[in-house]
Amino acid sequence: MADTGEGKKEEADYKRLHNFPLIRHTDMPEEMRVEAMELCVTACEKYTTNNESAAKMIKEMMDKKFGSSWHVVIGESFGLEVTHEVKSLLYMFFGGSLAVCVWKCS
Amino acid sequence: MRPKAGDRHRQGQSGPAGGKAAPPRPAKAVSKKRDEDASTEAGGGADEWAAAKSLVKPIDQLELTEAELKEEFTCILKANNPHAPQNIIRYSFKERAYKSVSHVDQMAIHFSLNGNLILKDSDEGRRQGVKVSPAAEKAPVETSAVISEEAEIKDEGSKGDTQAAGQEETEVSGTAEVSEEAEKEEPSPIKPKEQKFANQFNFTERASTTQNNPMREAACQPESAPFKNFSVTVNQWNIYDAYVEELKRIEKAKEKEKPRPQTARQEEERKKGRKLTTLESQQGINKISKAAKITERMVNQNIFDDIAEDFKYFEDESDEFRGQQGTLLPLWKFQCDKTKKLAVTAISWNPKYKDLIAVGYGSYDFVKQGHGMLLLYSLKNPSFPEYVFSSESGIMCVDFHNDYPYLLAVGFYDGNVAIYNLKKATSQPSYKSSANSGKHMEPVWQVKWQNNGVYNNLNFFSVSSDGRIVSWTLMKNELVHTDVIKLSVEGTTVQWQEGLQLQMLGCGTSFDFHKKIDYLFLVGTEEGKIYKCSKYYSSQFLDVFEAHHMAVDSVRWNPYHLKVFISCSSDWTVKIWDHTIKTPMFVYDLSCAVADVAWSPYSSTVFAAVTTDGKAHVFDLSVNKYEALCTQLVVAKKKNKITHIQFNPVYPVIVVGDEQGHVISLKLSPNLRKVPKGKKGQEVKKGPEVEIAKLEKILNLVREPESKAEE
Repeated sequence: MADTGEGKKEEADYKRLHNFPLIRHTDMPEEMRVEAMELCVTACEKYTTNNESAAKMIKEMMDKKFGSSWHVVIGESFGLEVTHEVKSLLYMFFGGSLAVCVWKCS
Repeated sequence: MRPKAGDRHRQGQSGPAGGKAAPPRPAKAVSKKRDEDASTEAGGGADEWAAAKSLVKPIDQLELTEAELKEEFTCILKANNPHAPQNIIRYSFKERAYKSVSHVDQMAIHFSLNGNLILKDSDEGRRQGVKVSPAAEKAPVETSAVISEEAEIKDEGSKGDTQAAGQEETEVSGTAEVSEEAEKEEPSPIKPKEQKFANQFNFTERASTTQNNPMREAACQPESAPFKNFSVTVNQWNIYDAYVEELKRIEKAKEKEKPRPQTARQEEERKKGRKLTTLESQQGINKISKAAKITERMVNQNIFDDIAEDFKYFEDESDEFRGQQGTLLPLWKFQCDKTKKLAVTAISWNPKYKDLIAVGYGSYDFVKQGHGMLLLYSLKNPSFPEYVFSSESGIMCVDFHNDYPYLLAVGFYDGNVAIYNLKKATSQPSYKSSANSGKHMEPVWQVKWQNNGVYNNLNFFSVSSDGRIVSWTLMKNELVHTDVIKLSVEGTTVQWQEGLQLQMLGCGTSFDFHKKIDYLFLVGTEEGKIYKCSKYYSSQFLDVFEAHHMAVDSVRWNPYHLKVFISCSSDWTVKIWDHTIKTPMFVYDLSCAVADVAWSPYSSTVFAAVTTDGKAHVFDLSVNKYEALCTQLVVAKKKNKITHIQFNPVYPVIVVGDEQGHVISLKLSPNLRKVPKGKKGQEVKKGPEVEIAKLEKILNLVREPESKAEE
């Protein structure tokens, strides 16, 4: 019991601990990367329950700032194979269990 | 037309009978009436008259009887000019009587036009033909005798120019003939084209069309951005693992940072730091310039951590075993790429910020004179100067103002002086002297700020090899100079031409102002003499000391004792004087040219001297009157000479400059910093009085035997 209790604590713990945005792979230039990351974090925090709206928000903002057309996938478990413009891909984790992938391809 | 009209009227009046007879036989009446009318009107008029059948009776028509009306009058057309006089009487001189002219000219000229065609065969024609090229023939002269139906009409221009027949009075037949003639003329004029004159009737058309550039199609399509494929699978455990790893990494990094920062990051930050100080003009970087500065200092502290620790805390314990000897512990070395080839020519500590050093760079080499630099280093950041100023001429001396720690007076090799304001961001001096404003002719060896004058203007003194000591005052944003004194060498008045006496001027190399007695100052010269001067006497010295055999490199008053000063020279000696006594109190021979000497600020008996062989000597008179407490090689001997030394006013650190542009800071070991120990239980007096007393005691020891010796 103690173990499971601890296990639960750990779970809750890691969710807290792993809350920070962790960039897994990106080839964006510095500025763009920082902005995109901030944007993703904002969107995910705003729409914690609704991935679609978060993705929509991210996509629209990116389109506005960096040109068309951006694609955004937010989820907890998926596989991905995309063709993206060079220097326009961001793949990051956030919130302990969310993965966000943003790329540009007209 | 008027006379004609009048004629008609008269005719109408004179021939009322004819008029009345008109209706039955209008054609004949016409012929009677119109004996002078134009033929054109004849035909037209007849029609008109034929049409008008109604009788038009003029008001003043003569009333005639039927019989009278039917009377036929015969009229004969004569070729007489009704206007011509019928009898002309002329006086004949021959017969001396009035005689009637037999024949009266009946010719009436109705139209005359002067033509400009000449008969080809006439003289004039032939003459012109010669002038003009033979090929070009003039338009053939045509005789246009316009034969009109009326006999009395003649065209005066029998050689008329049909081309100019554009007059109102031209007859229809005339115009018809004109056009005929014009046509005839056309073929001939084609030959002499040069002779043709453009006019309304005879002209050629000329047209031109600009060349339009040919059309070409151009299209362009930008290259689409390159694409790449990316594939990933993500699951909850992937995410978890990734986070755990990241956390581990961060932990490791934190651990590493504590003892020593990672070298990669160091380099990056150092580079960033350097770049930032030079690219401050860029907008984004300005915002973090402060943070970057602090980061740079932190990084430097990390790098030179041990040095910083030594600077603060290290006390060489081995000094206890060394007896009276001390050591100099090398601390930071300040150097910059820009100053690699320049020698350190001046060092000055900032009076307010105890870690700020101003270092002037230039060249002592007479032959190789390049640009100069002024760098301000902080002890907190030994890798890069805080401020950088560059100048065209080498800087020879630098002095901070006591009250305004952001003002620097600088003397140049070319004789100029300048004031730099550190508060302003420019790299140019705020005020600079020029040839107009009385700059020196020779390098300025020393500058020193003075107290503000009467009007609270900043002023400083400068000494130079041209033998002048000049006081510069900053008045209304300009440097104004006043010659304070000229170093005339006694006994060397040279007789010049015409009885002029020239005073040879000595070359001043160094000077120092007394701390308490404001007007008193000492000047060292290249001849080895030291002059004691007063600001108030501009022509005479108060005293002359025959100090050295070679140039006096540096003269310094003792910071505590009012009478003592020290001088050093290239003649290998350092001498301590009492300004009331002509001979030196102490003489130290250092076996090598002494470049600079400085009193320590914390003790009246400690001073340091540097020699050109790279050694620094530290003396403490209270400990050992004859030998240096420390003689240490500070700079590599070969190719490098020490040029200046300065004590830090607060810390036990000395700064030494050399010819390669390096500034080395050294810490004095405890033995060199001894303060007189008071007896147990007694309070150790601190303060200048103690120092003075200390020095006085020593001097007395020296003085008395000397004064005895003198006696």
